[in-house]
Amino acid sequence: MNLVLTEEQRELRGTVRSFLAAASPLPDVRRAAESESGYDPAVYRRLNGELGLAGLIVPQEYGGAGAGYAELAIVLEETGAALLPGPFLATTLAAILLTELGDKELLPDIAAGTTVATVALDGDRALNGAEADVVLMVDGARVRAVRGGGRTPLTTLDPTRRQARVEAVAGEAVASSEAGMERVRDLFAVAVAAEQLGVLRASLDAIVAYSRIRVAFGRLIGSYQGVKHKLADMHCKLEQAESIVRNAAWAADEAPGELPLAAALAQAYVGRACFEVARDSLLLHGGIGFTWEHDAHLYYKRAKSDEVLLGPPRIHRARLADLLEL
Amino acid sequence: MDLEEYRRRARSWLEANARRSRDEDDPGADGVAAAKAFMADLYDAGYSGISWPAEWGGQGLSQAEERAFAEEAKDFTLPTYVFSIGLGMCGPTLVDLGTPGQKARHLRPLLRGEEIWCQLFSEPGAGSDVAALQTRATETEDGWVVSGQKVWTSVAQHADWGLLLTRTDVDVPKHKGLSMFVVDMHAPGVTVRPLRDMTGRAHFNEIFFDDVHIPAENLVGRVNDGWNCAVTTLLHERLSISSGVGMGGQKDNPVAFEALRHTVDTGDPLVRDQLVELYIRSRALALFNQRLAQETKAGIFPGARGSAAKLLLAELSMFQADLATSLAGPEAVAYEDGGRLADSISLAPALSLGGGTNEIMRNIIGDRVLNLPPEPRVDKTVPFKDLKTGTRQ
Repeated sequence: MNLVLTEEQRELRGTVRSFLAAASPLPDVRRAAESESGYDPAVYRRLNGELGLAGLIVPQEYGGAGAGYAELAIVLEETGAALLPGPFLATTLAAILLTELGDKELLPDIAAGTTVATVALDGDRALNGAEADVVLMVDGARVRAVRGGGRTPLTTLDPTRRQARVEAVAGEAVASSEAGMERVRDLFAVAVAAEQLGVLRASLDAIVAYSRIRVAFGRLIGSYQGVKHKLADMHCKLEQAESIVRNAAWAADEAPGELPLAAALAQAYVGRACFEVARDSLLLHGGIGFTWEHDAHLYYKRAKSDEVLLGPPRIHRARLADLLEL
Repeated sequence: MDLEEYRRRARSWLEANARRSRDEDDPGADGVAAAKAFMADLYDAGYSGISWPAEWGGQGLSQAEERAFAEEAKDFTLPTYVFSIGLGMCGPTLVDLGTPGQKARHLRPLLRGEEIWCQLFSEPGAGSDVAALQTRATETEDGWVVSGQKVWTSVAQHADWGLLLTRTDVDVPKHKGLSMFVVDMHAPGVTVRPLRDMTGRAHFNEIFFDDVHIPAENLVGRVNDGWNCAVTTLLHERLSISSGVGMGGQKDNPVAFEALRHTVDTGDPLVRDQLVELYIRSRALALFNQRLAQETKAGIFPGARGSAAKLLLAELSMFQADLATSLAGPEAVAYEDGGRLADSISLAPALSLGGGTNEIMRNIIGDRVLNLPPEPRVDKTVPFKDLKTGTRQ
């Protein structure tokens, strides 16, 4: 089991972090989210071109980088922390599905960043469904790749990530299997947990930084135990969430037998922890945290949206119970 | 010898020597004698003080061997409770700060279980705020004379030696007038009184010092530098608690997930979900501890982050004993024989108090991990003699 980042992995994290800090700071995130497409294609061109992130886990034979889930988790943690708008997670989920199922048709264009793809997670609802060129529609163990058809944008809680209802028109069948789809769902759980870890970390960093500069009653608020002790508890959640995500990513790469339990744990723990930390970060900011202008609500809304993205949180707990044979 | 070979040999030694051993947290004289005999065997086989310096009686191996042995030992119950304070706190402090004479005299008998150690910091008026302690050490011609009272001292009723924190100067602020000593627990003037705790057993003691003479060479570190010495000990304490030194592990714990899953009705969906919650919390902490261990191995010292692991362990201990007794219902608290759940719920608060309370852990995480601004202090610059201490009406 490997829970500590290697030198190369730390470098990858540093590269993605500094790229996003420069190319997609929060004021730009807000502007992009309000634009027509909901994201900045120029940022994606660089993300996929210079950094090659669209094809990170796509095998090299299909034009990807052939990296592992440990690396993917690092990248998703950073895009989560930055609240990167647009279809990065959607296309990543599609790449996971197609890579696992061994589909050759779509992967090269996804890896090149020229095709935006997404997955209809339950029935006909898909992240970035209106912007995607291809929607992978999952029905049990059957998967179809749908191009065109009607796309109805939904109003979303999270302004930084759109969703749409996709008309179930005919599409090409994608090779699939029941066991394959089981593993794909676990890998989705790992990917989303990695993003949640980033949202959690960024929410905590924001309130820690504010607690060091905000004064009330003549003292910095971080010096009050009422604040400090909450932040300490939030830090404990971060430490555990990071350990759980590293373990789940390791299982995805190295220990397929351990993946189902590790993935269900990742969603059951990190999803909840992420929302709780984003909520407490917002609350500890005081009234300013409730304003549209402040960024706290963006993390809060992303955290809640992510917590229910793969289904109501109870399904992860039910899956844990099943896997543990309780 | 490579690590796998080391691990295999450790395993076979444990199989041969620790199959039937058990650990008691309030052993009688026979229990202590048996524990001492086991410890001598453990030392002679080379498994006590694995990563301690060879010149002072350790094996001089790395943390990797130390961890490998600890991992193998998890499947056994070693009778190390009475040695846990010496092995986890006093010994490591002497390794870091002791004089060559102190190391030569004390470390080997400590590792071999010939001598038992206790740690004498807390007082009735100085718990979380341990630097407010009032036990006085006064310098004489050939050493020091100590008077005062200590409390919450685990295993002192069996101890041969103690690591003692005293006040040596009342005219300076409280952190600057402390000094640390090695004290002979059999010296005239030392009175040990077992203190019955809420479990009904005596896990710890109160100790009275009445003009106890301590030779000059027993000073640890420099005079009035005792606070820095104590911080070293407390850091070792938190790490040893969170890594489970002398804690007996979860193997025989009736309220841990693995035991509970077999004793409760999982056909009830509410019970099932509560067990899932226990699994989530247990596994989250286990993975965090594993990550800290891997970081240590990679040269990243956990430092104050060990306080997060200690806090989480305290909360988990409380949570699981609470859950287990609630799930069991009335028979958990009224019984003809057994009573293991009642004992668990009685023991549960211990980890939230000993080794620093949960509130102190949160202060440490806030101050030293998150670098939050410190609380304004009224006690840092005032001479100790002008400071309010203890309980005032």
